[in-house]
Amino acid sequence: MDELIARALNAAQLRGATYADVRVVETTRQSLLVRNGTVQGIAQTEDVGFGVRVVVDGAWGFASSHRMELAEAERVAEQAVRIARASALAKREDVDLGPPVVQRGSYRTPVEIDPFTVPLETKLDLLLRADAEMRRIRGVTTTEAEMVFLRQRKTFASTEGSYVTQEIIESGCGIEATAVRAGEVQRRSYPNSVGRHQQTRGWEFILEQDLVANAPRIAEEAVALLRADPCPDTVTTVILGGAQVALQIHESCGHAIELDRVFGTEAAYAGTSFLTPDKLGRFRYGSEVVNIVADATVPGGLGTFGWDDEGVPAQRVDIVREGLFVGYLTDRETARRLWRLLGSSPDVPGESNGAARAMSWNRIPLVRMTNINLLPGDWRLEDLIADTDEGILMDTNRSWSIDDRRLNFQFGCEIAWEIKRGRRTRLLRNPIYTGITPEFWRSCDAVCNADHWVLWGTPNCGKGEPGQIAHTGHGAAPARFRNVRVFGRR
Amino acid sequence: MLGRRKVEVLLQEALMRSGADETEIVLLAAEEALTRFANNTIHQNVAETNGEVAVRVVVGKRLGSAITNRLDPEAIAQAIAWAEAAARLAPEVPDFPGLAEPLPVDPVMAFDDAVAALGPEDRAREVREALRIAESSGAIAAGALSARVEEVAVVNSKGVFCYHAGTRVRFSTVAHREDGSGYAERAAWRWDALDIPSLARSAVERAVRAQNPRAVAPGVYPVVLDPYAVRDVVSWLGHAGAGALAVQEGRSWMNGRIGTRVLSEHVTLWDDGRDTAGIPLPFDFEGVPRQRVGIVERGVPQGPVYDTVTAAREGKRSTGHALPRAWPEAASLGPLPAHLFLAPGEATLEQLLRALDRGLYITRFWYTRLVHPRDCVVTGMTRDGVFWVEGGEITYPVRDLRFTQGYVQALAAVRQVGRETWLLSDGRFGSDRVPALFLEAFTFTGTTES
Repeated sequence: MDELIARALNAAQLRGATYADVRVVETTRQSLLVRNGTVQGIAQTEDVGFGVRVVVDGAWGFASSHRMELAEAERVAEQAVRIARASALAKREDVDLGPPVVQRGSYRTPVEIDPFTVPLETKLDLLLRADAEMRRIRGVTTTEAEMVFLRQRKTFASTEGSYVTQEIIESGCGIEATAVRAGEVQRRSYPNSVGRHQQTRGWEFILEQDLVANAPRIAEEAVALLRADPCPDTVTTVILGGAQVALQIHESCGHAIELDRVFGTEAAYAGTSFLTPDKLGRFRYGSEVVNIVADATVPGGLGTFGWDDEGVPAQRVDIVREGLFVGYLTDRETARRLWRLLGSSPDVPGESNGAARAMSWNRIPLVRMTNINLLPGDWRLEDLIADTDEGILMDTNRSWSIDDRRLNFQFGCEIAWEIKRGRRTRLLRNPIYTGITPEFWRSCDAVCNADHWVLWGTPNCGKGEPGQIAHTGHGAAPARFRNVRVFGRR
Repeated sequence: MLGRRKVEVLLQEALMRSGADETEIVLLAAEEALTRFANNTIHQNVAETNGEVAVRVVVGKRLGSAITNRLDPEAIAQAIAWAEAAARLAPEVPDFPGLAEPLPVDPVMAFDDAVAALGPEDRAREVREALRIAESSGAIAAGALSARVEEVAVVNSKGVFCYHAGTRVRFSTVAHREDGSGYAERAAWRWDALDIPSLARSAVERAVRAQNPRAVAPGVYPVVLDPYAVRDVVSWLGHAGAGALAVQEGRSWMNGRIGTRVLSEHVTLWDDGRDTAGIPLPFDFEGVPRQRVGIVERGVPQGPVYDTVTAAREGKRSTGHALPRAWPEAASLGPLPAHLFLAPGEATLEQLLRALDRGLYITRFWYTRLVHPRDCVVTGMTRDGVFWVEGGEITYPVRDLRFTQGYVQALAAVRQVGRETWLLSDGRFGSDRVPALFLEAFTFTGTTES
């Protein structure tokens, strides 16, 4: 592999690249799916290849291939250079990466039990038992239980002298029960919806989720929801469960602070952002209880690593400090551009904070979320409910949508309960809430404490053309929001 | 490109290495390049060479799968061995009907040498022209031009061998001015079917027209939807309920409605993977020839599309709509339509607008998600051009709106259909060809106030 990397870097430089980097990525993904009592899929996917990124004539080029051969390394490097020269035909200014980044070392996800050493029989047995527990509940029509394990070995090398290797391991799992009756369809999921909960941890993460013990409850709730009252159409206090808070952070903060979007490079696809540079350090994003950090160093997050895909070390940076917007997610190019625009300050260091991430060898790094975490507050959930005279507690996402500047959002949840005089009362189905990002976060008056804080995994974040799916993390605890518009199915 | 002969030799040799009762191998290989622009400059410019084989083996009624993107015989043999080992551990799938039997697949010509020959300089020149058009009108353009050469093959131990090589190109652009934006997009398998300057001009003209938008209160309005928005409606109907698994599990908008007129009589929707007016793929990922399937006929749902598993449950034959079954996710999705066509009508866009006394002209929907499967209730935002129409004339631009709307009810309210259809595609496979629509009622639930 080292020879392939050297050959590619050398070929790029010989053909005129002023900067080049090579990423070799080898991914093994194992997935198991049990559906309605039968094993629908046991699959292992192996994916390997390399990508060469170059700057030539002040413009970017990138080419990639799955053929791990020396001659192919030269061909791909040549192709990247040719592409960069073509990019320069429609160039406005030269690429500015700022000071060189020179990093050397290796990183491996700390795991207690490597999930790839656990026998398939053990994994299947756990899934089949969880599935059987759901199917025991009368009225359930469809059940699913799944696990996913990922091992990604990455090597990054650049003409600036960086050479880093990483091995990232992820484990994920989830169960889901669906009940159907007379035109109503209700689904409950655990630990999270839309597939699963996932972390950069080992088999121990799967065992901690205790899928089997939670299966009957999930199935019972799906059936109970068929006959539940619809969520009322009103403006009220809302308490969101931690998994839903995580998605709220992802959509309304995480994407909004991606500096490439702010600068317009996602304008045609993923959209831009309302958090324009003039707001940095001045804009009240949320209430004083809202503290958000981007933290690629926290153990277990799907956005946790040693170095990003430009070789920049993992970091923790403030994003929202006591409600004030103070930081962006950056890569080398956008960090430099912000610095040129605003000048140097503690919040504008002019160097990347390590958020350049690529889906794999065949994609270029984009500014992507690491772990965007809402720091815990002081409340116990029981006390928060008791402190709420009237409201609705919603949990587990069912649908999500937000406008292209990340302002107007609407989220549906799987389940809700009415809160009356400090007590959780009747079940409500098809709950939806909607709002405008800064108004919503300014209405947050309570965040639960560290006992309720979970580092949720979001393994399905889409961005970029050609499309890239990123794995991001979001530490969150249940939180309370005032004067929120809610309604049921329309 | 690997070419048909090389693919056949590779896959047949791999098949012979399998010790399973039945074996299926799907090959997907592509050369793809994409030139992306924003702020009136090319900022990303990429190319990829990749290919993978997806192996599915059957031992008795036990199944295992493996996928690799290393296309040498040893790597494929390792994948087969892993799949066999996994299959032997799995409990039986009692209703598994076996792999597909061989059926004749007539080839479809959808390969354009001009697309295959496109180089980065060609793409850059096209993009530069689009940027020149934007700049000359004071607009800032963003978008992408992509070109793809793909090969798909399916082989199985029962004698199936299908191979298809095709091309596709796609251009999309958003033109921004101070206070509004315009969008244009088109896909094709032929290079000469893509008129990039015309699309760039269309986006810019809309951006010019979208300046100084006014707020309109949420509510129920009659609307004219551009094909970009119509494509969203059609696509959700396809994915959230026109596959047999969703119907069999009772979670489709079709349940209880097949054979009953629930949509407007102006709505006729079908799937046809062989039609060269789309971006064809003449067989599915089980190697079954794709059939033309009528999904809605003059407002009456006709039924879903099938793969071998869902068809066997009803004693039917697959319609050729299987996803790659080695993908674990495919088991949850079931068969899906991938080449939808919404029948055109008689009206020009101007005639559709003239029929609108007071209502909205919507260019595009954005970030749409299924809120509830029954009725295919979807929420999303408008984007890149919304206009108020009064007395049949566009009078002023409107700020973006959020909608939450049952797409079944929306299509029940179709009063007129446009005569021009546009070919649109954003996925790896498939495409949709759709016209503009005039709907009598569409529900908007919110606005964005920044």
